[in-house]
Amino acid sequence: SCINMIRFILIQNRAGKTRLAKWYMQFDDDEKQKLIEEVHAVVTVRDAKHTNFVEFRNFKIVYRRYAGLYFCICVDVTDNNLAYLEAIHNFVEVLNEYFHNVCELDLVFNFYKVYTVVDEMFLAGEIRETSQTKVIQQLLMLQNLE
Amino acid sequence: MPTVSSRGDAMRGLAVFISDIRNCKSKEAESKRINKELANIRSKFKGDKTLDGYSKKKYVCKLLFIFLLGHDIDFGHMEAVNLLSSNKYTEKQIGYLFISVLVSSNSDLMKLIIQNIKNDISSPKPVHVNLALHCIANIGSVEMSEAFGQEVPKLLVSAHASASVKQSAALCLLRLIRTLPEAMTYAEWASRVIHLLNDQHMWLTAATSLIHTLSQLSPGDYKGCVSLAVSRLSRIVTSTYTDLQDYTYYFVPAPWLSVKLLRLLQCYPVPEEPAVRGRLVECLETILNKCQEPPKSKKVQHSNSKNAVLFEAINLIIHIDSLGLVLIPQPFWRQVDLMLPILLTSEFIIFLCVLSEPNLLVRACNQLGQFLQHRETNLRYLALESMCLLAGSEFSADAVKKHRETVINALKTERDVSVRQRAVDLLYAMCDKTNSEEIVAEMLAYLKKADYAIREEMVLKVAILSEKYASDYTWYVDTILKLIRVAGDYVSEEVWHRVIQIVINRDDAQGYAAKTVFENLQAPACHENMVKVGGYILGEFGNLIAGDERSSPLVQFNLLHSKFHLCTPSTRALLLSTYIKFINLFPEIKPTIQNVLQNNNQLRNADVELQQRALEYSQLSSITSQDVLATVLEEMPPFPERESSILAKLKKKKPASVQVSLVGCFIPSTESTEHANRPTYSTIACSFLLRFKLIHFKNLLIFADTIPTGSKGMRGLEFFLFMFKNSGVLFENALIQVGVKCEFKEQYGRVGLFFGNKTGNQLQNFAAAVSLAQTNPHNPQINVATQKEPPSQIDGGAQVQHFINLECISMFSGSPNLQLRYQHSSAPQQVTLKLPVIINKFMEGVDMNSGDFFSRWKQLGQPTQETQKIFQARHPIDTEAARTKLTGFGMCALTNVDPNPENLVGSGIIKTKTSQIGCLLRLEPNKQAKMYRLTVRSSVGEAAALICSMLE
Repeated sequence: SCINMIRFILIQNRAGKTRLAKWYMQFDDDEKQKLIEEVHAVVTVRDAKHTNFVEFRNFKIVYRRYAGLYFCICVDVTDNNLAYLEAIHNFVEVLNEYFHNVCELDLVFNFYKVYTVVDEMFLAGEIRETSQTKVIQQLLMLQNLE
Repeated sequence: MPTVSSRGDAMRGLAVFISDIRNCKSKEAESKRINKELANIRSKFKGDKTLDGYSKKKYVCKLLFIFLLGHDIDFGHMEAVNLLSSNKYTEKQIGYLFISVLVSSNSDLMKLIIQNIKNDISSPKPVHVNLALHCIANIGSVEMSEAFGQEVPKLLVSAHASASVKQSAALCLLRLIRTLPEAMTYAEWASRVIHLLNDQHMWLTAATSLIHTLSQLSPGDYKGCVSLAVSRLSRIVTSTYTDLQDYTYYFVPAPWLSVKLLRLLQCYPVPEEPAVRGRLVECLETILNKCQEPPKSKKVQHSNSKNAVLFEAINLIIHIDSLGLVLIPQPFWRQVDLMLPILLTSEFIIFLCVLSEPNLLVRACNQLGQFLQHRETNLRYLALESMCLLAGSEFSADAVKKHRETVINALKTERDVSVRQRAVDLLYAMCDKTNSEEIVAEMLAYLKKADYAIREEMVLKVAILSEKYASDYTWYVDTILKLIRVAGDYVSEEVWHRVIQIVINRDDAQGYAAKTVFENLQAPACHENMVKVGGYILGEFGNLIAGDERSSPLVQFNLLHSKFHLCTPSTRALLLSTYIKFINLFPEIKPTIQNVLQNNNQLRNADVELQQRALEYSQLSSITSQDVLATVLEEMPPFPERESSILAKLKKKKPASVQVSLVGCFIPSTESTEHANRPTYSTIACSFLLRFKLIHFKNLLIFADTIPTGSKGMRGLEFFLFMFKNSGVLFENALIQVGVKCEFKEQYGRVGLFFGNKTGNQLQNFAAAVSLAQTNPHNPQINVATQKEPPSQIDGGAQVQHFINLECISMFSGSPNLQLRYQHSSAPQQVTLKLPVIINKFMEGVDMNSGDFFSRWKQLGQPTQETQKIFQARHPIDTEAARTKLTGFGMCALTNVDPNPENLVGSGIIKTKTSQIGCLLRLEPNKQAKMYRLTVRSSVGEAAALICSMLE
């Protein structure tokens, strides 16, 4: 009876610009904007010595910073922190390989492809595929389709 | 501008547009550029020329980009839907993306979209099927659940579908049943879905998540997954990192799948078959062993993923421990070893928590102990968090306590407030009688410099611990007053009310309290909360220290009155009441006080309350006789027993963290029993559980009913505690908390239920129904009446009440069910709970003298009316503890009845509408042999057996 799932995934830069927002729960647009701002306020004040987990409303944010980008996953408080922390890294490594040394601009110009990468790795608030080899194979196959 | 090497989908126009937007120097320039583009796209869409697929895709993609920048988009939806029927993947993909992000589930276009999805889902091209499945998973509306709930499972178990399609189908289905649980027929697919765990491919993370949810929704149908999940897990943990090539992450084989499998196993009781159980224990041991091996990589990814698995394994170990009771059907009896049977019938044995693995718990705890000093902050944080859970287990509590110093040190040195917060939680959880003074002292010391964010909660925790473990009331009073001194601003009303309640209820604390508050008030700057406590206590008990001339009545009064003008009106009002109490306690200073009351500052005070009090008190003191005054201003009577107000407050602040401590809380009472020696509920329950032995009687259903069947609701042990108490938390998950408070009188019961919404959103379609298990509908044993239905919505953070009236018609076993249904974020939820309505609640103690007792004892001399049990005492024989237990159970423990004072005798009547069942009990200890003989006689034989078994 107790649901454990990803509630949303956010990629934001230090200035608070959203580079990806993927919602797995129904929120209306105002609520989404509020969440985006709150998450930014919560994670940007933390330093590298802090944990990668932070309590957030009734949930928690598992996040990791890569250069100027914060990758944040919002999950339920009883869920496995380290599993999601590494899910973020796994995702980043896939992006890195797919975009050949990914940078923030890749996510801007190819936003519609980033959604495809996300859907390969996360779906319905759950982890879908974890093998980088499998994901990259699939993405390259899709890339070559007309 | 980065270029992406690709073929058909390089939308140059889109890249140019994005560059333009990025080059805009101002918001206005950006709006201008966007408006220009919108006008362009609108004209293209409206134009006479039919657009080709590529252009349509490009413009829809631009619209999506504009939307993501935060602008409203009010056209283009139809064009996006058109893209769905394209044969080209890239066009379809953009169409689906636009719809997933931008089209709301109540759109007029939904019928059309669903039609397109239907076509794609049955397409021979797997990539089209996947696009359709992802779209369903992303939107997941009720309409989609209805349309695809029967289709998607077919893809999931199809022999032809690729692993990729199956992954998507699994999670798509998960989304559909979260939206609409009845979208799928669970039993029909159970066997095939469970057997996905045997699949040789490693795509199973997704499938395991699905099975996890199905197991929560329909545990019976999916319980077969346990042994398959154990085998799968076993294969993963024993593999080397080269075995599972693609699924090895930094030398850790399939970490995410392992975590999911371990979580799935937490849905069910520990496996009953010894082989499966043994294999599971082996897996858990292997995971613990691997942490001791040298790391295969120095990368943090390696240790993180290894530890992700470890922490989940520890959760499972704790789950196994907390489960307590398992029902084992007869065919398996011979396979059971190492377990302590507690109840036996012709069909079932119930076994007690010897099922837990004390060895694993202690090992887990030692591992976490190492992490407490790890250089990674994450690990220190998680270790503190997990240890909090271990502190609640009988077997690991001591191992946790060994780390006290490290945890105290964390409180002092950690840089991250959330780590310090976990350290506070753990100290709170590990606190017991032996270490409470040190822990409370450390928390008080830390409080001075603690982060503002956690101070209030810490104050509550210090107050609760000092109350709970007070063996000495001077310590309790000192602690609370120190709390007010160092963190007065964070001491809520509940905390200072509580100290007053306790002092009033404890004769032996009053003199000391009066002396100590007096000393504290002498500090030049003292917190207003101190003035409140001081004022109240001196008003009641100032006379106890008035003999000393340093605290003579006048000195006390002057001291309090010196603070008066600095206080807020509510404190001044309290002090005025203290003053009138002083007039009664110390007639010699009456004129001084009357002067103050009659001063214009009071009589003409702008605050109506102060004015009225001053006037009334002044009149009261001048016109009434000393006798009347003494009656009106008599010492306050003791407060009735109630749940600690501070505990209630902490629960409200932090529902999850209090669960454990609720059980053992002491409640001040007017009884003369010594609180310090009084066993807490948890010790009663545990000693009572551990003493359970083989008993022959048919009526085990009370226990059988509480056997957990995989739901995360009330577990066996927790439910047992309700045999002794009438209020507490009945159920709690991430969304909802169900509290209960019952009252019983004769055959009537009134059950108050409190449903608290823990989320920020409204819970919808809320319904609560009570049903009686296994009773004959024509001849019910309990009548249930609900005054009115609970509201159908509960707002975020709100709590609603619901009352049920019961009447016990005849002797019953088991407990009524309470079924809750509600929707959260459009996902329906269902929980079935047992109401703590157990037969002993209808028992009332009957006091009688020795002659009456033994004459009734003899009347009930038929062999069928008696149940006797002789058993070994597992704890030192303690008649007082047994007496408390008996009273908690509902019987009256009789004194001066049995010629041997070591013996305990009790009597009670179970009151039902149709009959009254008298029950007499005699417990004879033999201290030399450390044995007890328990005899219960009752007019109804079954009742005697039932009570005998419950109390042994």
